[in-house]
Amino acid sequence: MKRRLIDKFMITLLGLSVAIILAILVVIVANIAIHGARAVTWEFITQAPRQGLTAGGIMPAIVGTAALVLLMTIVAVPLGVATAVYLHEYTPAEGLNLAWRRFRVSKGMAGRRKLFFRAMSALLATITRSAVANLAGVPSIVFGLFGLGFFIQFIGRNIDRATQPPGEVLWGQGSLLWAACTLALLTLPTVIVATEEALRTVPQDLREASLALGATQWETIRRVVLPSSLSGILTGAILGISRGAGEVAPILFTGAAYYLPYLPGDVTDQFMHLGYHVLILSTQSPDVEATKPLLYGTVFVLLALTFLLNLTGVIIRSRTRSRIQR
Amino acid sequence: MTRGRRIRNALMGGVFSVSGWVAIVFIFLIFLFTFKETIPIFTDPEVRHEANVEKFFVESQEGPTITDRYVWQPTSDVPKVSLWPIILGTLKATLVGLLFACPIGVAAAMFTSEFAPARMREIIKPVIELLAGVPSVVMGFFALIVLATWLQEVFGFTYRLNAINAGLALGFALVPIVYTISEDGLSAVPRAYREASYALGATNFQTAWTVVLPAAAPAVFASFVLAFGRAIGETMILLMAGGNAAITSFSLFDPLRTLSATIAAEMGEVVVGSAHYSALFFMGTLLFAITFVSNTVGQWIIARMQRRMQGAAR
Repeated sequence: MKRRLIDKFMITLLGLSVAIILAILVVIVANIAIHGARAVTWEFITQAPRQGLTAGGIMPAIVGTAALVLLMTIVAVPLGVATAVYLHEYTPAEGLNLAWRRFRVSKGMAGRRKLFFRAMSALLATITRSAVANLAGVPSIVFGLFGLGFFIQFIGRNIDRATQPPGEVLWGQGSLLWAACTLALLTLPTVIVATEEALRTVPQDLREASLALGATQWETIRRVVLPSSLSGILTGAILGISRGAGEVAPILFTGAAYYLPYLPGDVTDQFMHLGYHVLILSTQSPDVEATKPLLYGTVFVLLALTFLLNLTGVIIRSRTRSRIQR
Repeated sequence: MTRGRRIRNALMGGVFSVSGWVAIVFIFLIFLFTFKETIPIFTDPEVRHEANVEKFFVESQEGPTITDRYVWQPTSDVPKVSLWPIILGTLKATLVGLLFACPIGVAAAMFTSEFAPARMREIIKPVIELLAGVPSVVMGFFALIVLATWLQEVFGFTYRLNAINAGLALGFALVPIVYTISEDGLSAVPRAYREASYALGATNFQTAWTVVLPAAAPAVFASFVLAFGRAIGETMILLMAGGNAAITSFSLFDPLRTLSATIAAEMGEVVVGSAHYSALFFMGTLLFAITFVSNTVGQWIIARMQRRMQGAAR
């Protein structure tokens, strides 16, 4: 009997930890929603900041974030999907260990070269997968350093040297384009992993049927594989976008601006950003109490944006998963 | 097959193969370009005069306490560039974050995989994923504006922003990582293990604690390793909620500053190519190296465990 009681008690304790996590989420969201919703008015959404960021709205930050995310998506999604297609459709399905073993035992057999290339291709896939996993773990501030060192100082400066009159700087400074490229790199792993998972759900029979009808591999991918994994790819894209939309560290030195009187009109322009605006308002405000409603409003808009994207992604995914299980 | 179709097929095969290299190339480039800006620390005499490895880790000032002896003041007239205050700050925040996130994340994972009804599981998992979706700048904001005030009111801290406050907020962000990976590991333990344990008369909790958890131990450990990697590199939460003071101190109640926050706070105003600039990139390289190792170890443990579990299920 005592054993039973201890059992019950411990399980309740475990359940309590779930409750604590949920409570944290609820408290954060409720706090921001209650204080934030009050600040969000039509003026707040549609006007630019005024009086040294202590009045007005956040329209330029919303526009800047949207432009950044759009540009990032254009770079990250095709690249991520292509990488996933390569990993799943073009590399041996049997994995590195088996491919290598097959090559080892094939001594003296015909077609040994082919088995060797197959094993090498499996090796490359293994290395790529671990590179993707590592890319996902690189700290976001290091992406910022990389964006500064590679995109701006290296690529941008060299474009300037080749195309601009001496002394003029157009590409070699923080801009929408370089910030988007940096963010795209950061979201790439999310897109790749989700797409590969989606490709895995496409039954092998479909591919074989298509190939048997005389379609080439590319035609099979384009007409059969990609269409039937579209919702999974969409999920990956959305989850990646939502992660990218909330990241601030990578854009600190690659193009985000404290305040701009104009909207970005070109990819070489700097931009305002919701997340960066939150950072500025909460750490560098001249009058903390006066900016508090604006701050809460900005956080609310940012959180709503990322949650909506996230929720859409999660819902599409769980729908797809339950359809496959059936 | 027409020639056009064949060419198109070969062309697209080439395109996909090239994009297969993208991840590898960029991981390499990230290391190369952060390390490149660090090189003057080892070679350039002018830079080395202000900042070098010995100054980072060994040199100390005169003073009665460690706070006076190890100082990070890269922009003063006589630059002092000891990394100890910053490394200590990073470790303190990481420690608090992990101490919060690891037990609670694993406990929640055990509850979800072993005891929660299927319906409940369907709700818990996405909700915790939603917590992972809170941008770190929002978490930092919450810790700075709300959590810090609450904690100070309850515990009476001398400094509003300190390692406890920053570490706790960091812990909130780490919970989903620990939870997700641990839960995957626990769910992968074959049913037969549990049934054997029940057959021997063990209760539900005994089975979960003495059979399932040890069997999933590698995954749980991997989740800690990956959470550590994330904690070391997390920027915005610590930049906003850590108090932003590079003080050498072992106390959890002092304000702190981490490697990542230092880069974020100082890179904006630094002269490109100066010793300070190289020092910040040195920190970036350090972060990259630490997270690269912890990620590789974590991924390796997970892959090994997956192979073993598949073998056991067969």
